[in-house]
Amino acid sequence: MIRVVLPPHLRGLARISGEVELDLQAPVTQRSVVDALEIRYPMLSGTIRDHVTQTRRPFLRFFACGEDLSHEQPDAPLPEAVVSGTEPLLIVGAIAGG
Amino acid sequence: MSNVRVLVGTRKGAFILTSDGKRERWDVSGPHFAGWEIYHLKGSPIDPNRLYASQSSGWFGQVIQRSSDGGKTWETPGGETTPKPDAPPTGKSNKFVYDTSPPAGKPLTTHQWYDGTQHPWEFKRVWHLEPSLIDPDDVYAGVEDAALFRSTDGAHTWREVAGLRGHGTGPQWQPGAGGLCLHTIILDPKDPKRMFIAISAAGAFRTDDGGTTWRPINRGLHSPYIPDPNAEIGHCVHHVAMHPARPGVLFMQKHWDVMRSENAGDSWQEVSGNLPSDFGFVIDVHAHEPETIYVVPIKSDGEHFVPDGKLRVYRSRSGGNEWEALTKGLPQANCYVNVLRDAMAVDSLDKCGVYFGTTGGQVYASADAGDTWSPIVRDLPAVLSVEVQTLP
Repeated sequence: MIRVVLPPHLRGLARISGEVELDLQAPVTQRSVVDALEIRYPMLSGTIRDHVTQTRRPFLRFFACGEDLSHEQPDAPLPEAVVSGTEPLLIVGAIAGG
Repeated sequence: MSNVRVLVGTRKGAFILTSDGKRERWDVSGPHFAGWEIYHLKGSPIDPNRLYASQSSGWFGQVIQRSSDGGKTWETPGGETTPKPDAPPTGKSNKFVYDTSPPAGKPLTTHQWYDGTQHPWEFKRVWHLEPSLIDPDDVYAGVEDAALFRSTDGAHTWREVAGLRGHGTGPQWQPGAGGLCLHTIILDPKDPKRMFIAISAAGAFRTDDGGTTWRPINRGLHSPYIPDPNAEIGHCVHHVAMHPARPGVLFMQKHWDVMRSENAGDSWQEVSGNLPSDFGFVIDVHAHEPETIYVVPIKSDGEHFVPDGKLRVYRSRSGGNEWEALTKGLPQANCYVNVLRDAMAVDSLDKCGVYFGTTGGQVYASADAGDTWSPIVRDLPAVLSVEVQTLP
């Protein structure tokens, strides 16, 4: 079970609290996680990655296991600790502005 | 007795204020969408419980919200969970894609940037939502970078009205300080094929065939701060207003200058008259007196606050040129707020109510056409837009 932590604004938009749990087939990647999030919560479409380019929004970052995974390829496998559910994938909004 | 609902968009959420026809006591609901910028909310003229809201964020992009119960509950159209777990997401209500197809006319990929070079067209946010006069599922959106979009399915999906960007002058459009934004959409109540829009800093434009073809309507505008002060396009139009009984008469607050057109924008004449400053953002028309108009003068383009520390609405009962300051109930010392372009509206009660919101977070109302004012809510986040619904 993959655990995903969304930033508070997106939890509010999707009307959820706490972590999201996703049951995904291998290989588990950034793309497959966001695909699954958008299928379960269609209102998140376009908010994590651009509708057209499918690239991550510049003020969002992906972290896991104490590392910044934002510049990994979207189809690169996520760390085993994320795949096993030991560690969550953190989708974090940049600390910028007011 | 009628009721009034005031829809307020702010930098950090939306607020809905309601009162009975006396307009003395107000209930405040909100913040809705707390923490998000709400550039604009507006209700359908024929189904007042159908509201649309533009919710955006520099982090998460654009979201469109819709209410069918006057703002008690909201939904993102198409945001419901898909029936099959592996089906593609249906949430396209925030998908604004520029039309670059050949059938749309002349595919446009760049406009002028601040430094005069060409720059790619990039969607940033929806500035203004304008529901149709005849169908609550039909709604227009004015967006940054400037373009007009339309949804005919209650904001589930959007399609660009591409004839506007494609009519020929698009590559010369240049952003104003707030961006290259299409901020004003006016539907002609007597001619369903006619529509007016305005863009900062390109000017005003009109279609007479339902959006297929467009032309600039800026003759008579004079902007000494652009290379050709009388150019066909390039003027920083801040807002345009019209009285529905006289759709051929338009009033404009330009960057500097208050203007008037008698011929649906074919030509304009300055009516700034005795205003203390003719810089400003808002302009609106009395609900029952088509020659009574309101502006809020701002000191200058470099100092976006009211002159002399005094918050004054100016009213002209002659369609411009002769203006009177309305000050009763408004702060007349140490006030340095701005009133942004979509932050004034009127109700249609008798007497006409006038409402405006400030960057200081106050929403002021007058239940007597501007003679006296009082804050109906204060200390909100900076107000971006104010719309008013007069309910049966």
